Amino acid sequence: MLLEVLGTGCTKCKLLHEAVLKSVTESGVQAEVRKIEDIAKIMEYGVMSTPALVKDGKVLVAGKVPSPKEIASWLVA
Amino acid sequence: MRRRTANGLLVLALGAWFGLYRSLAFLSGSAISLLGIDRTSHLGASLEFLLFEVPKVLMLLVLIVYGVGVLRSFFSPEKTRRILSKFPEGVGNVLAALLGIATPFCSCSAVPLFVGFLTAGVPLGVTFSFLISAPMVNEVALALLFGMFGWKVAGLYLVTGLTVAIVGGWTIGKLHMESHVEDWVMKIRSGENATDTALSWVERLGAGWTAVKDIVGQVWPWVVAGVGLGAFIHGYVPTGMLASFMGKDAWWTVPLAVLIGVPMYANAAGIIPVVSALLEKGAALGTALAFMMSVTALSAPEAILLRKVLKPRLLATFFGVVAVGILLVGWLFNLLLA
Repeated sequence: MLLEVLGTGCTKCKLLHEAVLKSVTESGVQAEVRKIEDIAKIMEYGVMSTPALVKDGKVLVAGKVPSPKEIASWLVA
Repeated sequence: MRRRTANGLLVLALGAWFGLYRSLAFLSGSAISLLGIDRTSHLGASLEFLLFEVPKVLMLLVLIVYGVGVLRSFFSPEKTRRILSKFPEGVGNVLAALLGIATPFCSCSAVPLFVGFLTAGVPLGVTFSFLISAPMVNEVALALLFGMFGWKVAGLYLVTGLTVAIVGGWTIGKLHMESHVEDWVMKIRSGENATDTALSWVERLGAGWTAVKDIVGQVWPWVVAGVGLGAFIHGYVPTGMLASFMGKDAWWTVPLAVLIGVPMYANAAGIIPVVSALLEKGAALGTALAFMMSVTALSAPEAILLRKVLKPRLLATFFGVVAVGILLVGWLFNLLLA
């Protein structure tokens, strides 16, 4: 699966990126994590509040850092 | 958690909040008596200010940030954009300024928000009304104003802040500067976002708590530092000393206050208690309000971010229009309250 963390470099964007990386390592799921900082690409997902998390092209959450539990649930679903 | 349990906890927490809030004056007074310090001395006056004001302001901040956090769970930038794209300028400016209070906003996402609004057909001036109101009329500023100066000043700030946002955005719209938006912005193909999921009431109550942890967790050191400095001024600087050079007779204090406010952003929370102490010693209210608006609405970091989407002339116009609005508010108050 492809996980994309959208964010232009705010503190919360870094937090989300780290949380996702940690979650992937812990769960052992095969996933590629990319950090997207290009504003044009972010806008293609229609996201207006960063950070946001995208899984295989689908926006899961925008504007907040979800809890590790939430992230873990998305990895297996 | 079940809905009834959550509501019960909320009522209990609110009850405890009011009980503690009402007994703050008694508790801080008793603490000073126990220490054996004369309450009329410089040290006593400063200490009482600190022991009473710090918990009072922090408690108000928690309550208001919680309430706004719950309110905001009903709004999202996507929903706001959908509403705003349906209205023409004028009505749109008023709605944008009002929605600016209720929509979750962080100046770090000012750029995606700006692009998202414009590409969805929200007029430029309406977008600016939102961008002016969202950071300026925020719950932290309102909570602190209410705590330090009472509801009248908080209300004045709310009304004049909204006015600056509405008139400022409308003016920028009338200047027809659409060609001064960076060219790449309008070429963006903005997708629809599918994250608008309905939250349950329990989740909304939780959202308020998350907001408290996020916001109060971030600003509390500034509040303590600001009130601490205020406590020193309260006890040691003679009343009226500042009236001579920060009073309402000196017209130039308003532009000076605006200039000083621009490079400050993160310190907004800590600045308000300082301003409170300055006011008490004779600085003018209009000057103080202008200072706070400048700190929150005209921030240098936000300008750097917005430069990505605005050509220099539009960026300068944005800052100029907002600065003029703030100056007028400052002068108006100094004049009215003279």
